[in-house]
Amino acid sequence: MAVAISGVVAVVLGVGGALLLFWGLNAVVERLPKAQEELLKPYVFIGPAMAVVGVFLLYPSILTVWYSFQTRIGTPNQEFTLNNYVYLFTSSELRDSFINNALWILVVPAGAVAIGLLVAVLADRLRPTSEKIAKSLIFMPMAISFVGASTIWLFMYAWRPEGVDQFGLITAIATGLGAFPSEPIIQNTSFRLNSFALMAVMIWLQAGFAMVLLSAAIKNVPGDTIEAARIDGASELQIFWRVTVPQIRSTIVVVTTTILILVLKVFDIPRVMTSGNFNTNVIANVYYDLAFTFGDRGRASVVVVALIVLTLPFMYINIKRFREQEAMR
Amino acid sequence: MSTTAPAPAPDATKEEPALKPSKDEGDGSSWVAKLTLLFVCVLFTIPTFGLLISSFRDPQAIRQTGWWTVITGGETFSLDNYTTVLNAGMGESFVNSLTVAIPATVIPIMAAAFAAYAFAWMDFKGREFLFVIFVGLLVVPLQVALIPLTRLYNTVGINNDFVKLWLAHTGFGMPLAVYILRNYIGSLPREIIESAKVDGASHFATFWRLILPLSVPALAAFAIFQFLWTWNDYLVALVFMTSGAEVVTVTLAELVGSRGQDWHLLTAGAFISMVVPLIVFFALQRFFVRGLTAGSVKG
Repeated sequence: MAVAISGVVAVVLGVGGALLLFWGLNAVVERLPKAQEELLKPYVFIGPAMAVVGVFLLYPSILTVWYSFQTRIGTPNQEFTLNNYVYLFTSSELRDSFINNALWILVVPAGAVAIGLLVAVLADRLRPTSEKIAKSLIFMPMAISFVGASTIWLFMYAWRPEGVDQFGLITAIATGLGAFPSEPIIQNTSFRLNSFALMAVMIWLQAGFAMVLLSAAIKNVPGDTIEAARIDGASELQIFWRVTVPQIRSTIVVVTTTILILVLKVFDIPRVMTSGNFNTNVIANVYYDLAFTFGDRGRASVVVVALIVLTLPFMYINIKRFREQEAMR
Repeated sequence: MSTTAPAPAPDATKEEPALKPSKDEGDGSSWVAKLTLLFVCVLFTIPTFGLLISSFRDPQAIRQTGWWTVITGGETFSLDNYTTVLNAGMGESFVNSLTVAIPATVIPIMAAAFAAYAFAWMDFKGREFLFVIFVGLLVVPLQVALIPLTRLYNTVGINNDFVKLWLAHTGFGMPLAVYILRNYIGSLPREIIESAKVDGASHFATFWRLILPLSVPALAAFAIFQFLWTWNDYLVALVFMTSGAEVVTVTLAELVGSRGQDWHLLTAGAFISMVVPLIVFFALQRFFVRGLTAGSVKG
């Protein structure tokens, strides 16, 4: 109860405080001569938001880069080192995690987009009510946390020794087909089967997101281009690949990169399902262990620097796309 | 993000339905399409459905037989698992999650809206450069902030777990909030803002009386995204929450780790952690879709 009250107080203080701050700053600025007022007011309006990202994102980014060159951080013996970078490029644990992340990047966006596209195209042919229901069902996992989804799928993958009833659906189906797995799926490292089992969870979560965007794009494809192809005798598959897909290409790219960025930083699913064991470790989990289990801030920071470098191309693309839109505005 | 902007709700009306149906509607291939879709829908729903059914079963029964065997009948269902897991910490975590998520959703909105208005309708030096910073920060992995913030909180002396999380989520949500709101406010008709100016309204008055009420759809989209994001967050809570004041995701993950075979606790616990987002999903699907699609680029 006390906790809930503190929440209410926080909302009131947070919102009220922010309003008072703006009102006060605004009142001060309005007392200035007109010219100065016009000059300063925009900065009053953006000031608090800038301060927040400065403290919570910009300053930490700079500090992280700095930490990546430091050892024994926070002790009197803190000093410059390149050892964290040696670790980044030579650690076999990190290399294995990068390989896993690369696999996730190859499989998850493609899988989610493929399923999203399939559902979007098929649902488009249904009556509106059925379409709405079908899409809601596919989209629903988006509301579920990664931890919740991990629990759901651990239950799907649950395994018991041979001879007793299986209560994990996947294991039960495999057993029913005469292919009883001799060990739990999430521990099966052959062909990285367990990593793929974890990726399935992410595809399950993200396919709905892909579907919603792709479906909106498909509905924007002009009907007469499709009709023209149909009159020319094109089959439905030809129409899909040669008429629809080229016209929704930019949406496919946006969806793919969005999921890709997400997968680059995937943490919760491996953390909860395998703790990164059985050769399923990923970069973000290595980072977490370095930073908060072993307290090695230098090495943890170098891993984050690697993550930032990997997201830089997407940052560039976003900014470029923003500039193009501005030019058109 | 113009490509993501349209993102209508799933019930978006089709223009020209007459042109859309395929020519082979009515013959075999449309049945293939329907069956395929049905199969995918069942495939996507079964995991959640199985969890839900199991959460009402007897603790022994859950790990002896598959949940699908309940169709043979003869089993009794109860809410006992929910009572057990609520008393095992999940109830407290539920309140904690609400306490984290609501302020973390509401606090950033005002600062973001003021900034968005300035970026959209005020002229000042460095406007584009400063806004590009927000665009760039959209994809920054938030791992970047965890160690520095832990230190900062120590130095400044912030010991309250909730305050730590409210501030952190406010910071992490700010680029997205400014981005969504600025795109929306920037798309409002120029005449509205200019007529207010002609009438002698100050920027503050224009923002407060005109822009804010008009921006409700965008505010709602951001609020829903931010609420779900903070409710479903695991990493930030794991770092900043000391044990004893845990949120649902952390408690659930701990149950998986420590009582991984107690499926009666895990199924009911998972469902408790999901129930609020699912209500939001079904009640506010239109805003939900808009918020998620605008927010999915967030780091």
